[in-house]
Amino acid sequence: MESGVLTKSLIRDIEDMAARMRKSALDMAFSARGSASHIGAGMSIIDILAVLYGGVMKLNKSDPLWGGRDRFILSKGHGVLGYYAALAEVGYLSKKDLETFEKPGTFLAGHPVKNLERGIEFTNGSLGMGLSLGVGVALAMKKKGNANKVYVLMGDGECNEGSVWEAVMSAAQFKLDNLVAIADCNSFQLGGRNEDIMSVGDMAEKARSFGWSAVTVDGHDAERLYESLTASYEKCKPLMIAAMTIKGKGFSLFESDNRWHHAMISKSQYDSLTGELERPRQL
Amino acid sequence: MIINEALSKSWSRVGQRATFGLVMIELATEIDDLMVISADVSTSAGLDRFKSAYTEKYLDVGIAEQNMMGIATGLASEGYSVFTTSFAPFQTMRCCEQIRVNLGYMGSKVCMVGLASGLVSGILGNTHCCFEDVGVLRSIPGITIITPADCAEAAKAICAAQRHPGPVYLRLTGSSRTPIVYGDDYDFEIGKAISLREGSDVAIIANGMMIHESIVASDLLEKAGVSAAVVDMHTIKPLDTETVGRLLSKKLIVTVEEHSILGGLGSAVAEFLSEFADRPPLKIIGIPDSFVEIAEYRELLERYHLTGETIARTVSGAMEKLH
Repeated sequence: MESGVLTKSLIRDIEDMAARMRKSALDMAFSARGSASHIGAGMSIIDILAVLYGGVMKLNKSDPLWGGRDRFILSKGHGVLGYYAALAEVGYLSKKDLETFEKPGTFLAGHPVKNLERGIEFTNGSLGMGLSLGVGVALAMKKKGNANKVYVLMGDGECNEGSVWEAVMSAAQFKLDNLVAIADCNSFQLGGRNEDIMSVGDMAEKARSFGWSAVTVDGHDAERLYESLTASYEKCKPLMIAAMTIKGKGFSLFESDNRWHHAMISKSQYDSLTGELERPRQL
Repeated sequence: MIINEALSKSWSRVGQRATFGLVMIELATEIDDLMVISADVSTSAGLDRFKSAYTEKYLDVGIAEQNMMGIATGLASEGYSVFTTSFAPFQTMRCCEQIRVNLGYMGSKVCMVGLASGLVSGILGNTHCCFEDVGVLRSIPGITIITPADCAEAAKAICAAQRHPGPVYLRLTGSSRTPIVYGDDYDFEIGKAISLREGSDVAIIANGMMIHESIVASDLLEKAGVSAAVVDMHTIKPLDTETVGRLLSKKLIVTVEEHSILGGLGSAVAEFLSEFADRPPLKIIGIPDSFVEIAEYRELLERYHLTGETIARTVSGAMEKLH
């Protein structure tokens, strides 16, 4: 699948994909039953993932190992509800696979475990490590004259980790204009609001000061996300997209309520949330 | 790589670190997808010639070991054969979480080269000495750990690590002008210990610079009427338990390592021996559980009973206790 041209129908397709992903993510979280899952951070990245997997990234739906694929790294490894839902949309995971989420013996753990046959490029979950992986992959692409891009999705809380800034510095030094970092700025981390714990401040401004190109966009606006991911930027600079998002986006119960950072959904909550999803979208 | 006397001699003059740089130049001519990543230690790792001869195969990430391990993993995932290097404490403990997840858990094929491990940096203080690296890495599943006895073995181990499908930690010790243990070519295999001396009373299992010292100790013991075997346990993990198992008939087993007595070679041998009801006592010689004093290398080796003479004395003492 080549990356598409921005049309109204493409945007509509991406939005529909995001809606299906939210339903898959909700089903996975509910089916995990006795085990909690990272609901807030899984939901905040769904529109970003839908834009990447549903339009921007070069992929081969029938071959996850295709050499010409763009690489995606979920540095905020706890975002699996969104990630697995995206991989299922592309066809790398089946509905049956998703039903095994967080169940004993599954290959779909609470944090992604490298599984190239299923489209999972790296093991993640320990925060602050994905951007360095992305720098390594982007360097490899450059060395091999491969024109593919490398997308790394990070959390704003994750950027507390010092290793993130080692990687940010090096991506500029190595002039990796094939590397795109997307910061899911949902304003919360495990223990509360970023501003009350450890705020990264203006992510785009910080990235620029390190020598990156950077833009700030609404992380739930598919059209804006698509445009910012496909626009032309300065040569020799990596790109930071600061995506302003709402933790738990899409469900009134979860939105900006950090009790849903890592939690279990009851049957009655599930029923009412499913009903919310089925209500017709405002046109 | 074929070792000969002249090569072994010239390497031993420059020490294991510089040998690393020289061997990488050889490997670069054979391996297209070779990448060497340094955390601002190109000179210390003997890589200056490599760096100018093979610009495309060299990357400096600056003083950022965590990032180095992530970048190495990214390159390895795209098919590169990657070596990383820094001083041993920074190559292992500064980026331990990256090693655990990227190399251990993910199994990425990266060879880490820890420079100046052990006590050689004694005068610089404990920030630069390194006697915990083996203990720390040995507890992470899936990482092969090798401590070569001399420069020839370092060269052999580098080549073997490059061919090895999984992650490796290569622990380089000693200074320049290191003693020669292997003058001629020999078979080196990861996980296969080498018997250097036969002996009926005691078996000394050692690695790194402690091999030469143990051979000296064995000679001294011989004169005192004690027959001591010497085994080069260059690979600490996976431990060659077959070889250790053949030593159970000795009166005493001794391990000697330029590492803490906690978690290293002695611990690995003890873990294996503990399974046997009928076994000889084990004497673990190494650095006690403390930071070391600020002193020159040789002085520190003396102080911690890691020279030929002091090893022989410790072994004699342990033998006397048996009676």
